[in-house]
Amino acid sequence: MKMRNYLIPILFILLNGCEDLQLNNPYTEDEGKQSVLYQSFSERPKHLDPATAYSENEYAFIAQIYEPLFQYHYLKRPYQLTPLTATKLPDIIYLDKTGKFLPENAAEQEIAYTDYVLNIQSNIHFQPHPALAKNVQGEYQYHQLSAEQIQSYKALSDFKEVGTRELTAEDYVQQIKRLAHPKMQSPIAEIMKNYIVGFDDFSKQVADKKKTDIKSIPMSGLEIINPYQYRIRIKGKYPQFLFWLSMPFFAPMPWEADVFYEQPGLADKNITLDWYPIGTGPYLLAENNPNRRMILLKNPNFHVETYPADGEPEDEQKGLLVDAGKKLPFIDKVVFMLEKETIPYWNKFLQGYYDASGIASDSFDQAIQFTGSGGVALTDSMKDKGIQLQTLVETSDFYMGFNMLDTTVGGDTERARKLRQAISIAVDYEEFISIFRNGRGVVAQGAIPPGIFGFAEGKEGINTYAFNWHDNKPQRKGIAEAQQLMIEAGYPNGIDPTTKEALILNFDTASVSVDDRPTMNWYRKQFEKIGIKLVIRATDYNRFQEKMRSGNEQIFVWGWNADYPDPENFFFLLYGPNSKVKFGGENAVNYQNVEFDRLFEKMRNMDNTPERYQIIQQMQEVIRHDSPWIFGFHPKNFSLYHSWYSNLKPNLMANNRLKYTRLDLESRAEKRKLWNHPVLWPFAIGIILLLSVVTVLMISRYKNRELK
Amino acid sequence: MIQYIIRRFLYAIPLLIGVNILTFVLFFVVNSPDDMARMQLGQKRVTEQAINNWKQQHGYNLPLLWNEQADNQEKITQTIFYQKSVGLFLFRFGVSDSGRNIGADIQERMWPSLALALPTLIVGLVVDISFALLLVLYRNRALERIGIVSCVVLLSISSLFYIIGGQFLFAKVLKWVPISGYDDGLSALKFLILPILIGVFSGSGSGVRWYRTLFLEEVEKDYVRTARAKGLTETEALFKHVLPNALIPILTGVVVILPLLFMGSLIMESFFSIPGLGSYTLDAINSQDFAIVRSMVFLGSVLYVLGLLLTDISYTLVDPRVRLS
Repeated sequence: MKMRNYLIPILFILLNGCEDLQLNNPYTEDEGKQSVLYQSFSERPKHLDPATAYSENEYAFIAQIYEPLFQYHYLKRPYQLTPLTATKLPDIIYLDKTGKFLPENAAEQEIAYTDYVLNIQSNIHFQPHPALAKNVQGEYQYHQLSAEQIQSYKALSDFKEVGTRELTAEDYVQQIKRLAHPKMQSPIAEIMKNYIVGFDDFSKQVADKKKTDIKSIPMSGLEIINPYQYRIRIKGKYPQFLFWLSMPFFAPMPWEADVFYEQPGLADKNITLDWYPIGTGPYLLAENNPNRRMILLKNPNFHVETYPADGEPEDEQKGLLVDAGKKLPFIDKVVFMLEKETIPYWNKFLQGYYDASGIASDSFDQAIQFTGSGGVALTDSMKDKGIQLQTLVETSDFYMGFNMLDTTVGGDTERARKLRQAISIAVDYEEFISIFRNGRGVVAQGAIPPGIFGFAEGKEGINTYAFNWHDNKPQRKGIAEAQQLMIEAGYPNGIDPTTKEALILNFDTASVSVDDRPTMNWYRKQFEKIGIKLVIRATDYNRFQEKMRSGNEQIFVWGWNADYPDPENFFFLLYGPNSKVKFGGENAVNYQNVEFDRLFEKMRNMDNTPERYQIIQQMQEVIRHDSPWIFGFHPKNFSLYHSWYSNLKPNLMANNRLKYTRLDLESRAEKRKLWNHPVLWPFAIGIILLLSVVTVLMISRYKNRELK
Repeated sequence: MIQYIIRRFLYAIPLLIGVNILTFVLFFVVNSPDDMARMQLGQKRVTEQAINNWKQQHGYNLPLLWNEQADNQEKITQTIFYQKSVGLFLFRFGVSDSGRNIGADIQERMWPSLALALPTLIVGLVVDISFALLLVLYRNRALERIGIVSCVVLLSISSLFYIIGGQFLFAKVLKWVPISGYDDGLSALKFLILPILIGVFSGSGSGVRWYRTLFLEEVEKDYVRTARAKGLTETEALFKHVLPNALIPILTGVVVILPLLFMGSLIMESFFSIPGLGSYTLDAINSQDFAIVRSMVFLGSVLYVLGLLLTDISYTLVDPRVRLS
């Protein structure tokens, strides 16, 4: 009787369900009225110290926490720098070797030094942090912890007292000194040695000193003029230095941070600056559990920064200027959940539990369809959910390189050059993009990707050695032209005259998995078009790197992602003095061309003038002719966003985009409810079936017993 | 017995040294300290100087196994092997090459692993034994034949299929549980139900068949026949006589894997985003973090040795005829 009394209501609930029930909601905490953004990460960041962090997954966090002097304008294109904590862009002063001021238009060879005078805003404060906590006597509370005290702390949150202080020029200077300290192992230390005056000497001077000692040791190229102004002196003229200043490497670091974190015993608890940042940015890292989730909270001490009031002409129409002038950030909390696998990640996005998503290959067809004109559009199921698609060509190169030190494919001979040009025609990257990247890429016509100064569109910008201009678009030259080039190179039908057999070339790669076989087979087929037999030499990544360093590779594929939006950051990959084998630089093909190097040296320190543009076109022509690279493609990024996520504009240079974005919480809650209503009737049927089976078995046993 | 245990512990020492040497040699055959430095320092703008600095700071600037330049015992002690391995025997795992305290990481990650593995083991045991008993009870009848075929089908399918299928059906279509995730305390329950059920279900094919074989062996023995002759029902004979006697192989099979439960389940944890130890070693191999690899291999070896010892001890507990000497 009792059972029946309960069973009927339970079954009723199971069959009808609760309207608000969301059993599959992966978030257990009550959001309340907070605006919470949900994102994911697949790999834990290695470093969160701005002196060492350099990869994209690290910048996803630290760019929201740390603030360099400058940032990229969120809306304007081409990319341009604007002040962030600075009051204005720096005053740049040129000096000769005697220290005498030079005019702005001074010749480059006259400039021995450049001074960057940097002014920072007043009244910017660091996030609340125990390193800055002071007791009533005004002494730092946690700077001299005993072993017993340290033993009692397990995480940074165990330090109950927090404090803050105003940001000063000294904090920026401190960070530059940190970059120079050998123990920091900053990836840009070796580069900065070439530019910042006194950087190398300082590095040697502090080599055996603790990180906490550097505050009192001066670096000759740095000068604090007053609490809100400092000067950096660099060698010669290097306009790209401004881009470096906008990267987190140059974000301010209070000296108190190192004093706090360097206390013995804290590192054993994983309480380090590499793990718990201290910045002035819009967010602070409230929870750092990279095995599960990382949480950013709005920094209560964040200074006043407003949403940009101007952008590109179409931004207003797209609704990107609705929040103009409003105080940033709009989102209170950002939760990054660890998702190692793409399937659960994608399904959670579709359920509305992630606000944004990339598109993995296995879900591409579910999300994207190709239109009749060759364009891309969302599938109907995505449109029904109101999902938005944003595409953007990345400022990256994905190229096939020829080792220019190799006796067959390398060198400056006409024979080798024609061979490379023939291969450039034969390797059909349009097909590659279509087969292996679901159309997510743009065939490259040179070393400069779209969006970077010097990129030429249309007929002017095509690689005439591999493409013709046809029907208002580039068309790859026919294979007959490649075969003709092979004849001119001395390999008719791909036959090597010395062996009388097909020319054998080696493709060195670290792609060893079964999944890579189709790609390797594709490369083989491309070379077969001109009679070349391509041998795939697959090794592990370490051996591959070793081959590259020693110049034992022949053909390979490699990529480069821009550090900053300047052509110098791409052409330096082909600059002779950057040769990997001779100088350990980033010129992986070991290309050396006197004319190209001369033009590079002239172009790299120029402003973006028409003259610079012309030089860039000349440089493009040199490398298209020499073909040390098959230019490959520029990847195209596809991102999906739910309808409730707004103020989104792709920006490849700005990593601090979160502060501009906004969520419509009501809409999200409604959609989530609609999409995640549990289907409970199978549960009821399952129970009934189970009970029936048990009953049948029991009856069967009972009958057996009766028979016996 | 105490002497036996001490002897087993002493045997374990050369075994663990051997495992350490093997891990060390295998790791450094594939990765040089330079490779490790490059992996940690990233791909861009890495100079030789930066690599040398990294090696010096992480103690990888020493020779691998023998220091020709050093004097006396320092020829051995001033080597990467000695510096990196001796602490392990005191369970000092040190700091990973990326700067994290390994001991703290293991402590933090072993609990989610246990939260998944232990219930999967217990529920799996109960389910497998129950179904195996049911099949034995209905032996030579249609139910047994259906059961055996089902078991073969179940064990023929990859566990990955159960994971993806389970997530699709229960989390995406029926929306009963979250697809993936984890939380502390009791809140973890809703994230663990599905992986536990999938773990139990995917393992039940082989489990049920294995336990059925054990029970069938016992069922045919004379003492069971005697029990039946005494008038016991089949169910009584199964539960009172067959089950306790079949416990010895069940128990030993379970005890040996108990310590290894700490090590987590790689695929399950990865698909369900459970922050356990399952992917810790694999991630470390991928990032060429020798400090973590050696620690986890050492820990795995210790736990395995411990598991074998516990198995031997458990024999004496369930079978009075067994004596350790």
